[in-house]
Amino acid sequence: MKRFDLERIGLGLAAPVLALIVAALLSSIALVISGNSPLHTFNAMLNYGTQPETVVQTINKATIYYLSGLAVAVGFRMNLFNIGVDGQYQIAAFFAAVVGGWLLLPGPLLIIVVVLVAVVVGALWAGIAAVLKVTRGVSEVISTIMLNVIGGGIVAYLLDPHRLGTIVGTQQVTTKPMPADAYLPGIPVKGGEIYGFVIVAIACGIAYWVLLGRTRFGFDLRATGLSETAAVASGVSVRKMVIRTMLISGGIAGLVGMPLLLGSSHAYAQDFPTGYGFSGIAIALLGRNNPIGIALGALLWSFLEQSAQILDLEGVPKEIVTIMQGVTVLSVVIAYELVRRFSLAQQQRRVGAELRASAATAGTGEGSPA
Amino acid sequence: MTATGLVESMTQASTAAGRRRGIRWPLWLLGIAGMLVLVSIVRLITGANDITSSGTTGAALRLAVPIGVAGLGGLWSERSGVVNIGLEGQLILGTWFGAWGAYEFGPWWGVIVGIIGGALGGLVLAIATVTFGVDHIVAGVAITILGGGITRFLSALIFVNTPGGGVTQSPSLPRISTVTLPGSGALRTLEEKHWFVVSDIAGILGGLITQVSLLTIVAVLLVPATYLLLWRTKFGLRLRSCGEAPGAAETLGVNVYRMKYTAVILSGGFAGLGGAFLSLVATNIYREGQTNGRGYIGLAAMIFGNWMPGGLALGAGIFGYTDALQLRSGGQSVHALLLLLAIVLGLLAIWSLYRGRRLRAATSVAVAAGALIWFLTTDTVPDEFVGFAPHLTTLLVLALAAQRLRPPAADGKPYRRGEAG
Amino acid sequence: MTSAPAPARATIAVQLRGITKRFPGVVANRDIDIAVRAGTVHAIVGENGAGKSTLMKILYGMQKPDEGSIEVDGRPVNFSSPADAIAAGIGMVHQHFMLADNLTVLENVVLGAEPGGFGRLDFRAARRRIMEISDSYGLDVQPDRLLEELGVGDRQRVEILKVLYRGARILILDEPTAVLVPQEVDELFGNLQELKSEGITILFISHKLDEVLAVADEITVVRRGTTVATVLPADVTARRLAELMVGGELPSPETRESTVRPEVVLDVRGLTVRAEEGRPVVDDVSLTIHAGEVLGVAGVEGNGQAELVDAIIGLRPATGTVRLGDRDLTDLNTRRRREAGIGFIPEDRQRQGLLLEAPLWENRILGHQSQRPNVTGPWIDRAGARADTERIVREYDVRTPGIDVAASALSGGNQQKLIVGREMSGDPVLLLAAHPTRGVDVGAQAQIWDALRTARAAGLAVLLISADLDELIGLSDTIEVILRGRMVGTADPRTVTPEELGSAMTGAGGTAEPAGPDRAGAPRHAAGTVAPADGAGSGRHAAGGGDAVPPDSGPGADPDLDTPLPGRQGPGLTGTGTTGTGDLANDPDVRGEERP
Repeated sequence: MKRFDLERIGLGLAAPVLALIVAALLSSIALVISGNSPLHTFNAMLNYGTQPETVVQTINKATIYYLSGLAVAVGFRMNLFNIGVDGQYQIAAFFAAVVGGWLLLPGPLLIIVVVLVAVVVGALWAGIAAVLKVTRGVSEVISTIMLNVIGGGIVAYLLDPHRLGTIVGTQQVTTKPMPADAYLPGIPVKGGEIYGFVIVAIACGIAYWVLLGRTRFGFDLRATGLSETAAVASGVSVRKMVIRTMLISGGIAGLVGMPLLLGSSHAYAQDFPTGYGFSGIAIALLGRNNPIGIALGALLWSFLEQSAQILDLEGVPKEIVTIMQGVTVLSVVIAYELVRRFSLAQQQRRVGAELRASAATAGTGEGSPA
Repeated sequence: MTATGLVESMTQASTAAGRRRGIRWPLWLLGIAGMLVLVSIVRLITGANDITSSGTTGAALRLAVPIGVAGLGGLWSERSGVVNIGLEGQLILGTWFGAWGAYEFGPWWGVIVGIIGGALGGLVLAIATVTFGVDHIVAGVAITILGGGITRFLSALIFVNTPGGGVTQSPSLPRISTVTLPGSGALRTLEEKHWFVVSDIAGILGGLITQVSLLTIVAVLLVPATYLLLWRTKFGLRLRSCGEAPGAAETLGVNVYRMKYTAVILSGGFAGLGGAFLSLVATNIYREGQTNGRGYIGLAAMIFGNWMPGGLALGAGIFGYTDALQLRSGGQSVHALLLLLAIVLGLLAIWSLYRGRRLRAATSVAVAAGALIWFLTTDTVPDEFVGFAPHLTTLLVLALAAQRLRPPAADGKPYRRGEAG
Repeated sequence: MTSAPAPARATIAVQLRGITKRFPGVVANRDIDIAVRAGTVHAIVGENGAGKSTLMKILYGMQKPDEGSIEVDGRPVNFSSPADAIAAGIGMVHQHFMLADNLTVLENVVLGAEPGGFGRLDFRAARRRIMEISDSYGLDVQPDRLLEELGVGDRQRVEILKVLYRGARILILDEPTAVLVPQEVDELFGNLQELKSEGITILFISHKLDEVLAVADEITVVRRGTTVATVLPADVTARRLAELMVGGELPSPETRESTVRPEVVLDVRGLTVRAEEGRPVVDDVSLTIHAGEVLGVAGVEGNGQAELVDAIIGLRPATGTVRLGDRDLTDLNTRRRREAGIGFIPEDRQRQGLLLEAPLWENRILGHQSQRPNVTGPWIDRAGARADTERIVREYDVRTPGIDVAASALSGGNQQKLIVGREMSGDPVLLLAAHPTRGVDVGAQAQIWDALRTARAAGLAVLLISADLDELIGLSDTIEVILRGRMVGTADPRTVTPEELGSAMTGAGGTAEPAGPDRAGAPRHAAGTVAPADGAGSGRHAAGGGDAVPPDSGPGADPDLDTPLPGRQGPGLTGTGTTGTGDLANDPDVRGEERP
């Protein structure tokens, strides 16, 4: 078994490493085309990126990306494409912020309630897509994307001084800010403060791993993703699985806005960042739906973003990073597919060889594979 | 798209029963006539003349084009068996390259460059899915991400140095000429009389022939062209066979890989055309986020049209219409449409009850009642809601129409050479 | 590697020399030598897994051989794609039809060879040509119908038309009669004679030895990837052919003592499953299985067996009642039914029985996610599952280097053994086994039979669906025949012959004959064909009707079959089947040589 494990780890790493090399190459080409030196660019990014302040920013952003990646990955394991994480986290954060601003509770309790609200709202919003899929066969890819826009519209409507919003400062419309004792403290390190919510994020990662790898539900989920027909024959109810999985995915998505909400902004304003959901998709793909892989992917993504901030000062368009990110995703998915095929063929070959060797005692031929 | 077992079982239930290839012509005409009358009634009740005005219809046509053209792209791709979720990304590429091409060389060159930009996106998708066998949706999402990244980077490189341009937008772009067909003036006069049905028809027709961009005409012609190419030529038959039974096609000497590549690159080209249209005709500027999900709405139109160009055009028309309302800040129009929705759903409820489908009747009545109450208790629909009217419409249409679908049989399945037999 | 003595003056249409093809893990073809004379029907027989389909793919240009040469009409050829083969005049009619349901007959036929200029598809010319061919060969096709509306026989004719449309002079027919009812087989053979008289060469791949003996001019036997012999039909019997195919004595399940106990394990009453159009595919079926009893269900595929099994395991909605022991399962879902003690060996192991990309120990859990030793509470018990998987691998002799290997790496036989081991491990009271040895090599087949027998002796009730008559007869305590969704007869496996069973399965009625004492002791393997439709085992299939049986009283009361079947010939088959040809079984040449 030892040889197996080593090989599997090797193969597991081969894909992302391969992809990163390709991505670096293609990005270098883009840089050269735009008249910049790749080495200079990468150097600048590395230098800036390893500064303590940047590292803290990286980890903070990575926390958010990690949660987003987990949310998407839960769906991916079942071949469900929850592209709606973006809308889910925004609408969840909004309502959580509203509750957080209006509800009168002692700090820690309020934090818990706020998080719960976010999870529930996120889950329900994803649940709409799940119900549509299960009852009407509507593709969740399209429905979640539509729900993103609809959710955004609802939030925009409600974020108004006449409705659920309030004016702060001179012009900014926001939800009522949360009281100070409901601020989630950060973890002070050299360079700044890391979001306290990172602990929850790590806990989510562990929960994801346990749920998918160690529970019956997780087994059913993965089986449905691997072969729906076999899962059905084994007693899985696909409808129930779709709904449950989307609810979980949406619930985790709801957490995506929490590090920001509880750790820095303490309210939902018009400038609450968007787009984390799509990054989550990329990161889940990068991490191949594996909790550690997603963590690494989140860190990489965040690192690229943060370290690119310096590029403006160096005269390099920092948007090169979006190309790097995009190319990385594409190379990764291609690399994973290649590695997967290679691995399966390799296993077949090995089984065939070993059996031929041990079948020196003839009379029990093997026939055709499957 | 998997967990398709669910969808498959549902569509099979209906394809067995609905063996006809479509609804008959007379029924279609009757339906359209009926809708026209209903809409006219609603207009007269609510006084929201904009719902059939030439202004709205003209805008609807203009906005239906990118959706429809993107949908055609999706159709070409899926007819060959490849699901193209990257349409949005290819659309984005089309908007950017169209803008750049127009800025540098002129509007029609912009169109061509936009098509090429989209086609390049299609090429990447083809490589990923056909040659490497990556899951179609995963590859499509990756392309959409990449599309956004590339355009942003290129904007930072190029548009930043132009007057009025920046990282998220291009400078003002030259326009493509428009034509106005004769009769437009007369229709205008008719329309302003606000007569029952006649004025509505005048408004609709007027919008379709007034100040129509040449590119719109090209785009509209693409619909029958698609039909002819796919159903009346050798090339089309071979392409469709790749989406229905690629194994069979291969045994007959069809080069399935090449067909898929062609279809997906064409698909990207269509999306590119749609994008160029967005930045050159619908507006005269490239702006980040301009596509606003129209690639996906195009896919929805394709599904609505049951993977046929005619139905797709109709779907694009519907979505374009709601898009037009949204763009013209039609709070009042959408408000009036609430009444229309209530009436239509009410009728649907009655019909469902007559057919014995009680659950459907119940939900129809519930939604109809909700719409009616909303209509009665408000004067107008807030802008933010109007903003997502097209998307909500997409959802509703998909939810209601999902039953009688017949996607190409091998759609979305990765194909490897030699799999036949 | 003997070759037939070919008449010196006949031209060779196709000459294969030394063809070898390797895939990862297996050598599919090794040193194949075949000479096909022009204007003849040349049959190629062999078990499944013997390499026939790979050989045909090579001949049709879908694969390239690693070694060897092909000559067509004396000229060496090198095919890189089916287009090359088509250009050389070779046409293939596949066993699994290569047709697109959503296209019309015309579109399916002309695909790739469409008439018309400038890229335009000339529908009129196509229609004309198709009707021409159809009329001259009596194929009776309607060009504008949607393919999905056509039944099996019609589809095959479309396939043949496809090939003729392209001017093929050499036709390859891959198991063409697997899906046909007897009179359709006759029609087909008639067509083949016509084609032969026009000088067309036909390569006929089959495992139905009686048909092959009837229609072929020359027969080549392929075994384990290589050609073993080429013979003339006049020189061999079916049994000799079967021995050549298997390479020795044919294993068969033996008789044994009854292990049937009085307790009823499965009680099905009035089970009806309807298709979407409302037609019942399982029609008011009732059956009972006792502990220690194997109930075999014999039937041509597509008569409702698959749906019957699906209904009992809860995968299909059905009306009627299903009781397991004293529990009423009728309203329970699949998981609960499995938990109640039903094991399920599905017909299609790759789609329903395994997670191909998951390791073996995870596959062990599949289907038993709620039972020990795989789970404790809501948790998966990895150690328990792994240990149990090792046990299964040991006890059922699953050949694998380890339990972490992906299931797809195993051969079909070993995959099936794993599934059998898994399903037996839950201590089921009832086992639903659908084609348990399909696509499984001979050795694994014997092992699986052994496992089933042992479990039966311990009290397991088994519902056995099989197309392999030998398997059915050898393993079952009782045999029921299913036809068009109904149970139409019961047979005693100790005395029934494959012909009788076959005729009941195909609904071939016929003149009633009293069952005489000589009949009761008739040998079981008279006029047998060898190898099930997809299986590698050496089971046999019905050689067809002809020996009708008289109506009789209740089920199981007599050695012969129950009610004869109503006159109408041929059920509407929708799947591959095991039909016989009525005339052949009566052919004394075919039957006379057999010895018990």
